[in-house]
Order: sequence, then C-alpha cells, then structure tokens
Amino acid sequence: MNFDLDQEHELVRSTVRAFAEERVAPVAEELDRESRFPYDLVGELAELGLMGMTIPEAYGGAGADTVSYAIAIEELTRVDSSVAITVAAHHSLGTLPIFYFGSEEQKQRWLPELAAGRKLSAFGLTEPGAGSDAGATRTHAELRDGEWVVNGSKIFITNAGTDITACVTITARTGEDEISNIIVPNGTPGYEISKPMKKLGWRASDTRELSFKDAAVPDENLLGPRGQGFQQFLEILDGGRISVAAMGVGLAQGAYDLAYGYAQERQQFGKPISKFQAVQFKLADMATELEAGRNLVYKAAWLKDQGRDFALAAAQAKLFTGELSNRAVNWALQIHGGYGYMDEYAISRLYRDQKILEIGEGTNEVQRMVIARHLGV
Amino acid sequence: MKIAVCVKQVPEGNSRIDPGTKRLDRSGEGALNGFDANAVEEALRLRDATGEGEVVLVSLGPAKAQDVLRKALAMGADRAVHVSDETAGGSDLVATSYALAKALEREGADLILFGQQAADSDGAVLWAAVADRLRLPVVSQAAELTHAGGKLTIKRQTEFGYDVIEAPLPAVVAVSDAINEPRYPSLKGIMGAKSKPQETLSLAELEIEPERAGEPGSRTEVYALSDPPARADSRKIDDDGNAAQAILDFLAEKRLV
Ligand SMILES: Cc1cc2nc3c(=O)[nH]c(=O)nc-3n(C[C@H](O)[C@H](O)[C@H](O)COP(=O)(O)OP(=O)(O)OC[C@H]3O[C@@H](n4cnc5c(N)ncnc54)[C@H](O)[C@@H]3O)c2cc1C
Repeated sequence: MNFDLDQEHELVRSTVRAFAEERVAPVAEELDRESRFPYDLVGELAELGLMGMTIPEAYGGAGADTVSYAIAIEELTRVDSSVAITVAAHHSLGTLPIFYFGSEEQKQRWLPELAAGRKLSAFGLTEPGAGSDAGATRTHAELRDGEWVVNGSKIFITNAGTDITACVTITARTGEDEISNIIVPNGTPGYEISKPMKKLGWRASDTRELSFKDAAVPDENLLGPRGQGFQQFLEILDGGRISVAAMGVGLAQGAYDLAYGYAQERQQFGKPISKFQAVQFKLADMATELEAGRNLVYKAAWLKDQGRDFALAAAQAKLFTGELSNRAVNWALQIHGGYGYMDEYAISRLYRDQKILEIGEGTNEVQRMVIARHLGV
Repeated sequence: MKIAVCVKQVPEGNSRIDPGTKRLDRSGEGALNGFDANAVEEALRLRDATGEGEVVLVSLGPAKAQDVLRKALAMGADRAVHVSDETAGGSDLVATSYALAKALEREGADLILFGQQAADSDGAVLWAAVADRLRLPVVSQAAELTHAGGKLTIKRQTEFGYDVIEAPLPAVVAVSDAINEPRYPSLKGIMGAKSKPQETLSLAELEIEPERAGEPGSRTEVYALSDPPARADSRKIDDDGNAAQAILDFLAEKRLV
C-alpha cells in the first residue's frame, strides 16, 4: 500500500497550479463576465501539452497517465471551471473516442491536430429527447452512395462551435436497433451550429445546439464497427466521469481555499471569524470530505491506468465529488457572508460553476443507477 | 557551448529558523529558487539559439533537492549532478562554495550560471566565492546575456542604469530576474525528465575532505537568534470612516506631508 504520488505527478501538480494561478486567475472573472471563450489560454495550454495529455506521443500527445490528467484537471478547476471543462471535454469526450475506436487512418488524420491542441473536438450525445436516457437517440444516419447522411439534432454540446473546432463525434441511429458513432467535421454542409447557449455557470466555455439536415460525410467517418455506438459511448462516459470527478475535487478545494483565507481576514465581534467554532467546523468538514473525494478520484484514475475495471469507482467518485462540491461552495459562500454574493468575490463564480457537476456526464441519479447496477440490485 | 547551472531548493513560502539547531527549517515543501529558474531558462535559450551544447544542472542539497533538479530537467536541461551527503548539512558560504567548485571543476563548463540569490538566505555572494575558487571572471546582476564570437556580452543592472560588460569564456554569471520569464515545464518535458541522466555524488566522490564540508568546513557561527525589534512609534488606525483623515493627520504630525 502506498499513498505517495510519483515525482511526475507532483511536478504536474505544481506546474498546472502555477499556470492556473499566474495565467488563468487574473482573467477568469473577466472571461466569465463576458462569456468569452479563452482562445489565448487554450493556445498556452496546448503549448504545455495539456490538451492531449494521455494521448501517446506518437499521435502528438504527452503520453501522461490518467492520474496526471486528473491532477491537472483538478488544479485548473481549483482556479476556473470554464477553462478546465474546455480541456476536459476536448480531451476525454472529443479526442479519446477517436484514439480508442478510430482506425489507424482516422487516428493519423485527426489526432495530431487534436492532441496538440491546435484544433478542438466535441462529443455529441445528448439530444432534446435523449438526456439521461442517452440510448433514446433520434438523430439518424443513412448510408447513401458511400456517404452517411445525417438528420437530427443535439443539445448542450461542449466545444462544438469554437473558431478552432475541427469536428464533433455524434451518436446516431444507423438502423432500427443500432447506434453508431460518426465523425462530422465542422463546415459540413447541412451541419448547423447555434449561437453559444447562455448559462448559469461555465460561462467562458462553449456550449451549442447542433442541427443536421441531410449533412453528408464520407463512409469512412464511421468510428469503429457499425452498431457499436452504444457500447462506445458508455465506455467514453466511464472515463469522462473521472474528469468531472476531478473537477468536483478541484472546485471544492478552490472554494475551501477561498473560505479559509477569508475566514482569517474577516473580523466580527472583535476577532477573525475563523475563531468561531461554527466556522471552524465547516472548514473541518470540507477538509475531511475533500480528502475522501480526492482519494476516490485518484483511485478511479489509478484503476484505469492499471487497465482494471474502473467503471464503478468512476461513478462513485463522480457522485461523491459532485455532491461534496455542492456542500463546499455552499459553506464557502456562507463563510463569505454578503461579500460572497457579490461578483467581485471569486466564490460567487465558483458557486455558479458548481451545479453542473451534478448534472453533466450523468446526473447524480444516473450515477446511483449505475452504481446500483454494479451492486447487482 | 557547455553550460552549468547551479540550482538550489528553497523552502516554499515563509522560511522558519529552527531555534534548536539555529539552521533553516527545511522540513516543509521545497521549490526551485526563483532566480535559479531564471538561470535555467537563460541556459536553455543560449543552448537552443545555436541548437548545440549541453545544459547540466549542479545542486548541493539533501535527497529532497531531487525534486528541483527534476523540475529543471522537465524545463529542458540535459543532465543533473546532485551533490548529496549527510555530512554536508550546515554548510555555509565557505563550505558550499568549495563543494560546488569541486563539482564544477569536474564538469569544465564554458559558462557557469547562478541565480543572483537564494530566497531562503538571500546571501547573493555564492557565485563570487565559487568564481574566486575557480579563478574565473564573474559578472553579477545580469539582465541580458548574449554569446557571440567566443565571448559574452552582459548588460548588468546597476542602481542608475546598465553597465555593458564583455567577458571571455569560461566565466561565471549571476542572473537577475529581469533577464527572462522562466517557462513552465511542458507535459512532455515532465514525462521525459525521469529518463535523463542524473547522478548523485557523495563528498568523497568529489574528493572533498570531511573537514572542509558541513559544519567543520564552515566559518560562520550563529551565536543567537532574536526577533527583529518591534517597529517603534507605529500606530494602528481602524477605519471607522475617517481613516484617510487620521492617516493624513499622522503624516502631518510627523511633518511628512
Ligand atoms: C453545460 C453543459 C454541457 C454539456 N456538455 C455536453 C457534451 O459536451 N456532450 C453531451 O453529449 N452532453 C452534454 N451535456 C448534456 C448533459 O450530459 C445532460 O444534460 C445530462 O446527461 C442530463 O440530461 P438532461 O439534461 O436531458 O436531463 P434529464 O435526463 O431530462 O433529467 C432530468 C431529471 O430527471 C432525472 N432522471 C431522469 N431519468 C431518471 C431515472 N430513470 N431515474 C431517476 N431520475 C431520473 C435526472 O436525474 C434529472 O434530475 C451538457 C450539459 C450541460 C448543462
């Protein structure tokens, strides 16, 4: 048994923490206020190799393990969720499916640009009528004269509409009881992308509605064998949950750090509010839950790196950290009092950025369903 | 060009002196000294400008100092030499400069870079002592460094502007933080650092006599430690809405405005 991280992991943490504090923190409030996509930061993250972390070097990635990836996402989220989800969605939802299921040709075509972060990619699963029930996909694709002709729509798709987005991988019905994944390049005639959706949090991240009207892509854009789409997206979501769970820990840590600092500065009744037991107990609970949540996330990531079954651990980590981050931002804002309700205080942004962690990549209820299925009930 | 960069691990955050040993408490988290990161960055730029040469790191420090060597390797340095020996603990300027000079002699680099000073002790003299032992020219406070035609041109920051100094190689240069903005290690750099050559040397391997290392080899003795005197004649003003006026009155009273 060993709880020490490797030297590489520590170095990933200190590097990403420094980057987040020095480069992201100064602009996070402004990006959020203006709902502005962080192109410059994505460029810098790409330079550092953070956009394609676990993709092997042969395809232009950094060849890091999942634990390093989780640490990086955690450290980014500690400072800003919009930037973190941009990285996480691109890496785990957009790029990994092509790496996992793509043919050698598809990998050669897409991965070098995506792993290097020069281009972004998205994964389009959710539809207006298919959310938690993702298998209810109605978007369909028909093979006509060597082309897949796609019709349908998707909603809430992260990274789909930036100036540097290369493609979206969508789930589509390719037969009566058959779902397949298909890569649709941006710019495909008939593929339309809405304006950015306006949202409570994650404001600097790109979220779009997609519509497909006879959008035709070449036959070879089918990802993996026909009819494997359902299996494939379940596998992608399993891994994606580690990202979102890492975000939960990072967000809770960020909220804790803000509250910890504020509690020592703010004086009431003649002393710092950190001297009141009610405040101390909140901090003590947060620190304890953080420790538990972080261990769950790292364990799920570690299992994945060992090539072992990690689906249950990932669902548990996602559920627990989603809920713990909710408690953490709530307590942290409470410790800030009225100041925490003001835009000038970062905790107000962290508070808004939290809720989605209990919804995206499977709601809390869906995680419980997944966990219960693993329990065999 | 072969460039050696001396790097040091310093305690992160505020450093604390252990009243028992009268030494700096190095038990907490450590970080690469900021000025040394500037020195590493400058070495990498000089190497990459010509596309040839080698950047070798030299550090004297406990086993934990491995971490900062790993970071500098991840930034792009080629190789690391870690002088680590229990008997080196408590080395002052005299003993440290001796040990480093021995390690540097073995490397025979064309250029030896230092950070101007270390964040823990803020001595800002080690490079001078090492240069003296190696009998090499030394330039400090370097804010710009160019290498052409076998010699160095250094813009040296002074109180009133810049001196421009030329130096033949080999030479020792101590850089200021104005010289560059150190890069972040890239993920590829981090993953690749482990497989770069790293050697750990004991004092004996460098043929350093035990009496010239650690406390026996040091000439500095700490007699006593005490808190800095409380600032005399200070006044705390609580803001009850009239703080600005109170500050103004205070300054006027002192005839400062
Ligand atoms: C900002 C943002 C970014 C997103 N990015 C992406 C993306 O990049 N790609 C993508 O494909 N999707 C994305 N999504 C979609 C996200 O994954 C879905 O919103 C999520 O899966 C929930 O689906 P839904 O919104 O349709 O909610 P519903 O499925 O309609 O759920 C509504 C409520 O009913 C509950 N519920 C549903 N079924 C059950 C049941 N059987 N038992 C108990 N409770 C149930 C849910 O838990 C929830 O509380 C994103 C969403 C947001 C908000």
